[in-house]
Parts: sequence; structure tokens; C-alpha cells
Amino acid sequence: MSATTAPAAARSPRGTALTAVVILAALGIPLVANSYQLEVLSEAWFYVLLCLGLNIVVGYAGLLDLGYAAFFAVGAYTAGLVTLKLGLSFWLSLPLAVVAASIAGVVIGGPTLRLRSDYLAIVTLGFGEMVRITVRNLSVTGGASGLVGISRPWLFGYKLSSIENYYYIFLALAVLAVVASHRLERSRIGRAWKYVRSDEDAARAMGINHAAIKLSAYVMGAIFAAIGGCFYAAKMTAIAPETFTFNQSLLILLGVVLGGRGKIPGVILGAIVVVVAPELFRDIGSMRMLVFALSLLLIMLLRPAGIWPERWRWG
Amino acid sequence: MALLEIAGMSLGFGGIEVLRDLDFTVEEGSITSLIGPNGAGKTSVFNCLTGFYRPRSGRITLAGGRIDRLAPHRVTRLGLARTFQNLRLFRELTAAENVMAGRHCRTGAGALDAVLGTRRHRREEAAIAQAAQHWLDFVGIPDAAERVAGSLPYGHQRRVEWARALATEPRLLLLDEPAAGLNTSEKEELIALMRRIRDELGITILLIEHDMGLVMQVSEHIGVLDHGRKIAEGTPDRVQNDPLVIEAYLGRDEDDASEAA
Repeated sequence: MSATTAPAAARSPRGTALTAVVILAALGIPLVANSYQLEVLSEAWFYVLLCLGLNIVVGYAGLLDLGYAAFFAVGAYTAGLVTLKLGLSFWLSLPLAVVAASIAGVVIGGPTLRLRSDYLAIVTLGFGEMVRITVRNLSVTGGASGLVGISRPWLFGYKLSSIENYYYIFLALAVLAVVASHRLERSRIGRAWKYVRSDEDAARAMGINHAAIKLSAYVMGAIFAAIGGCFYAAKMTAIAPETFTFNQSLLILLGVVLGGRGKIPGVILGAIVVVVAPELFRDIGSMRMLVFALSLLLIMLLRPAGIWPERWRWG
Repeated sequence: MALLEIAGMSLGFGGIEVLRDLDFTVEEGSITSLIGPNGAGKTSVFNCLTGFYRPRSGRITLAGGRIDRLAPHRVTRLGLARTFQNLRLFRELTAAENVMAGRHCRTGAGALDAVLGTRRHRREEAAIAQAAQHWLDFVGIPDAAERVAGSLPYGHQRRVEWARALATEPRLLLLDEPAAGLNTSEKEELIALMRRIRDELGITILLIEHDMGLVMQVSEHIGVLDHGRKIAEGTPDRVQNDPLVIEAYLGRDEDDASEAA
């Protein structure tokens, strides 16, 4: 029948070619870019990871999270504490951060299960602020000045310290996040997120435990952010509570909504725009945030479902 | 043998009594109907059976095991599936994805399986996709798989909902007004489909329906509800001629009653 389209799994050669070109270009950029440009692009790849993580919660499961930076903070502080206070290897902080983020995901997910829209926004916003204020007031996390002098990780006898190293690390994390998102989206759990988003009662009638499914979305999103947070701590060697503000959460959410909730290529694009656009506007000085904000408003007015076109499929 | 037994079930919200002391039995392998005027409490019975409402008192057993007090997803796992009075499809997802929802409770791959692409994940995904197509074939819309559910014609959307319910491998299928909005030929197809589900798949059917012609034609056993109480029960013939049923449906008019006398 003409209306039947090819199975989504059958990728178009054009899509594969496009993906290959993008990855090759991303790999080659450090050969030509200066260190400022590499800083910005590393940040962009980092945001791709964060936005794809939040996309699981907001895009797939249709839940709101205004405190997503808290999970990023959990990862960063885990890495900081593991290396500085416990004197252990940076790599050990990754599994520990995953565990900590999972707990944090359940903590935030638990009370939100019965809440909808406005209330969910308030609770998640509050959670984000609680985490920030807690690390700001604990002495073990260094209070307002945070943790300083986090040691660089070693990989195969090589110390990861240059911006090129971190450019590639965040590029690799972004690619892993894309692959993981893509696989999750077409999995039993990924579909269950969408069922719950679409019609919670119908999903429950189909034998789906909506509470467990929502929690799994929060936890999975938290894990993405926490892994990113570990490498962020390693790159910066210093972390402070003021990195994990409500503004940070909002910017990540902006990347997701701007690109198009639930659409992987859209979210990638949204993440890059959120990081790169303010830099491009740097020449216009103090007006740049205003121009950035106005262009965002314009995009949302013209394309309320996000930049990425509705009908396009990745590959 | 009774597959489903409702005993002394009452349901209320605050001061409002919705169901009062209801006893009802569905025999295994039967097509049973629950009828009654609007607001009689039929859909409330379904919501109690599927765990969406918690009855104030009474017990519900499915194949001997109690299912009242269980959450909806657990009830489904025990073999009870439903369709909704107003279609409740996942409208923005494809028909195949809708039917795949029914497989969720019969599969177990987790998020980690998906991320790592384990054998379990791949094996299950293949089986889920195959099952989705199988059930779409069964309900007679094999070409709908990749279409967005909300864009399908109404009659086909109903079939997607049936396919989704069947994919959960139920022992008992609850159909809430399946004929609503269908034309005569679609109703004929619906009756044929119901009989195939019972005869070929051995699934017991409990039906709520307003179309009396359809109910009388297809049911072996009928219960009649009015104001939350069962007022009659029996074969179609018996129910049709029960004075209480006629009164519930047509109302009692004092003048008519005295003129007839």
C-alpha cells in the first residue's frame, strides 16, 4: 500500500553519508581551530550530552524538569570528592556518579509521580535549588568556593589535560549519547516512556507500571548528566555551586525545546545553538543576550515544535 | 467454569453510590454482555475490574485469584485486557507502536539491555515487532502498521485498539461499547471478529454495549444494570422479556399503565 512507508530501521544512504561527513568534520576541527573555538565547541558537545539526557525526561517521557543541572552537579561533585577527598582514581568516580545520580533520580522522581505540569515544575525547580544550596553550605564540598585542584585523569599512561583532549572526550560522549538515545528510543522502555507521555491511563491498562517507567526516565536522564558532570570536573579542575544554577537548567531545557522535543537530530542542533549562538553574537557587545533572546523567541513563534522538521527521520 | 466472579461489589465516591452490592459471573469461553441505561454504572464496573477504581467492598476473582486491590498494570499481567469507550490510542505513534504496547507486560528487556544492544533486547524487539504485525493482520488492517494511529479512519483506530488489547495475551477481554460510531457493515465485521477471538483464540469476552441488536445477536449471557444495581440476568431471550428491564429502558408511565389496565 502506498501509505506504508519503509521500516524506520532501513536507513537511507544519504542519512548515513551525512552522519559520516558530520563526524569526520567534527574529528578534523582541532586541526584548524584555535583554542577559543575548541573551548566553545567542547562546550557544545557537552551540551549535546546534557540536552539528550534531559530529552529522555522531557521529550520521551513528557515530564518536566526545571532542576536538571542538579544531576550535572551530582556528577561533578562526585568526581571532585572521589579524587580530592578520597584520593581515588578519576575513573572510579564514573560508576559512583551513576549510582549517586540514580539515587538522586529516584529522589526527585518519587514525589513527582503524582504531580502534573505546574506542580511538577515547582518541585523540580525546588530540587535543583536544594542541591545547589546544599553543596554551597556543606564544608566537605568546599562551600561557596567549591572544589579546587581536581586532578586530571590518566588514560593509558597519558594525562588528559589539553583542550584537544577534552574536545575529543566530549565529542565521544556526545556520540555515545546519540547512540544510547537512538537505541533507547526504539526499545521496550523507550516506547513505554512515550506511551506514558501520550496517555497514562491507556499505558497502565496495557500493563505498564507508569510509576516505574517515569522513575526510569528520571534516572536515565540523571545518568547522562552525571557522566557529563564527571568529565566537566576533570576538564575544569575546579567546580563551584554557581555553575549549577536555575539558569543552567533552563539553558539545557532551552536546547531541548528549541531543537524539538523527542527528536535526536533536533536536540543536537538545539544544544549547539544554545552554546554557539551567544558566542557568535559576542561582537555586538552588551546587546548579545538581548539579540540571543529575541532570536529564540522568534524561532519558538515560527517553529513551536522545534527547529527540526516534523517529518524528518534521522538517517 | 467461572473465569470472572464479582461478589458483593459496591463502589462509591463520597456520598454518591455508583454500584451497590453487585454479583456477576462470566463463564470461561463465553461472550457475556453488560447492558443498562446511560449512567447505570457499566463503565464503573470495568474500571473496578481493571484496577482503576477501588471498590468499597466486595471481591473480584479472575480464575480463582483475587484481583481487586491490584494496580491496573498487575491486573493486565494476570490476563485481563480492555478497550476504552472513547478511543484511547497513543495517537501520535504508529499503529504498530500502539500494538507493541500490549507486549510490554510480556517482555522484560530493560534500559541497559537497549543501550548495550544485548541479545535479549534484539531477540525481544524482533518478537515484539512480529507480534505487532500479527495482531494487525488478525484484526484485518495489515497495511496500517507504519501509519500514525491518529490519522487512521475511525473504524481502523478501533481495530488498532483491539489489536493492542489482544497483544497482551488476555484470558478475558473487556470491550467498552465497541460498536459506538460504527455503520451496519462495520458492526457485522465486529461481530465476526468477536466470534473469531472467542473461537480461534479461546478468549472470553465481556462486552458493554448500547446496540441491543448486536448484544442479543452475539451474547450468550447478559446482565442488566440500572442505577448501580443488577436488575436482571440470563439468556438474551429471558432478559428481553423481563418486565424490570423493559421498565428500566422505557420508563414507567403512570397513564400508559392505567390505560393498559
